[in-house]
Amino acid sequence: MAKQYEFSARRLPYLLVLPQMIVVFLFFFWPAAQAMWQSLFIQDAFGLSLTFVGLENYLKLFKDPLYLDSLVRSFVYAGFVALIAMSVALFLAVQANRRIRGALFYKTMLVWPYAVATLVAGVLWMFMFNPNIGVLSYVLFKRFGVEWNYLLNDSQAFLLVTLAASWKQISYNFVFFVAGLQNVPASLVEASAIDGAGPFKRFWRIVFPLLSPTTFYLLVMNLVYAFFETFPIIHQVTQGGPGQATTMLVYKVYRDGVFNLDLGSSSAQSVVLMALVISLTILQFRFVERRVTY
Amino acid sequence: MIEHSIVRRTLPHLFLVLAIVVIVFPIWLVFSASTQTLADVLDAPMPVVPGVHLLENYGRALLEGTKSLGASALTMVKNSLIMALGISVGKIVISLLATFAIVFFRFPLRGFCFWTIFITLMLPVEVRIMPTYKVISDLGLLDSYAGLILPMIVSATAVFLFRQFFLSVPREMAEAAQIDGAGPMQFFARVLVPMSRTPIAAMFVIQFIYGWNQYLWPLLITTKEQYYTLLIGINRMLAVNDALVEWPVAMATTLLAMLPPVAVVIVMQRSFIAGMTETEK
Repeated sequence: MAKQYEFSARRLPYLLVLPQMIVVFLFFFWPAAQAMWQSLFIQDAFGLSLTFVGLENYLKLFKDPLYLDSLVRSFVYAGFVALIAMSVALFLAVQANRRIRGALFYKTMLVWPYAVATLVAGVLWMFMFNPNIGVLSYVLFKRFGVEWNYLLNDSQAFLLVTLAASWKQISYNFVFFVAGLQNVPASLVEASAIDGAGPFKRFWRIVFPLLSPTTFYLLVMNLVYAFFETFPIIHQVTQGGPGQATTMLVYKVYRDGVFNLDLGSSSAQSVVLMALVISLTILQFRFVERRVTY
Repeated sequence: MIEHSIVRRTLPHLFLVLAIVVIVFPIWLVFSASTQTLADVLDAPMPVVPGVHLLENYGRALLEGTKSLGASALTMVKNSLIMALGISVGKIVISLLATFAIVFFRFPLRGFCFWTIFITLMLPVEVRIMPTYKVISDLGLLDSYAGLILPMIVSATAVFLFRQFFLSVPREMAEAAQIDGAGPMQFFARVLVPMSRTPIAAMFVIQFIYGWNQYLWPLLITTKEQYYTLLIGINRMLAVNDALVEWPVAMATTLLAMLPPVAVVIVMQRSFIAGMTETEK
């Protein structure tokens, strides 16, 4: 390969990257370092003195039944959200990818909710299922005799935030599955049809394996979404309640930091979350690398 | 393709229509509530058919807001717009500059810069809430547009997308520009940026939506009504005692908050899908 042409200038490239670097260091690295540093201290109740305690905040965290409870709950929640949002989106993408009339219309209608804010998704579901005035809670009670009150009932609250979070993520997954399906060679599918494979077999044996890079990418993105980006839904709909029923990790960091002003514990929790994002990102990139090389 | 029975041909339509109903129904309810009087909304079950108070409710939302809030939707639309444009334009500008340096120059810290930007992917705002708040407060940027925008404008995604595109630009063009006497910045402004219209449009759509829909950060750093964004306003309107919620006005504001990003996606659907699926690689 010929030598790549490059501009020669000594100072200019540094000037060009400077704005980005300033923002990264000021708002990313410095706060992240602060979080790690603060997680090693305990602040007294008035915020006057700091005591170095080493890893005690972490040890306390992992002995705290409330934290462990929230940890397990967040994983269950993220798993459900990813499962629901991905399987519904894949199913719809397969339907919309057939040669049917109005395919473009269907795709547009399923794509635009991507632009709906996560908070708005929370508001929509909260309004439908409001125990006093919600249209669907009314129907649930009158038609099915279900006493719906997510403000009092743990599992109803959990179900509601899970559904709202999944609802919001379907469009995102749909876009990627449609793009992925368009890359599946039609000739392969037709060949297997000629060999006598039925539609189900064709899907699971041919299409689904070819989609696996998309599926894996989406799995990681959906877990990240459920863990970190659904904070607005929790904050709007349940405030982590009733009791602890919907207190996910990010919500707990927020509450312990902003309201309980427990900086040591909140920082330790932030660092645990950082470790979680970092492992998800590494997983993602190891996989992408493998895909590129085979 | 292979199957021809009527059932097989109508089933996909059935599923897709059902999905659209599930997506549209909650939004329809909110729209319907935004056109009725408070009494109608409170009298369960609320009528699903829209009422006749559309102008009245939207007028109140835009000009006054609810009694408890103290900010009109007009102010909040302005704030959301400033935040969304500030974040999206800011991200695009600083990413274009940085990527230009990384792709078209050879300098000792090039790899370091690239990896530094890359690592930001692993530090979403949610995991550095308190310390970032502290930085902004130390800089005196609480309750300010700069405080809303600056911590959000680093984008590893934009750098990846632009890098991919810049790498595909023939190097002869840079060489030719220099032979013609153009400096690097002239090449950047006159050749490279105009050529990058497509990835810039794609990034704009995605980052505008991202900016408009920011919630946690404005929640932390805005305490004055004059800096509330629409989403913060909606949360505050609903965070009062259930009996005092002015549902029609709150729901009108919710719809106003949905409109701009949805319009952007529908109008720029092609750029948007390209931008989303391209950054995956």
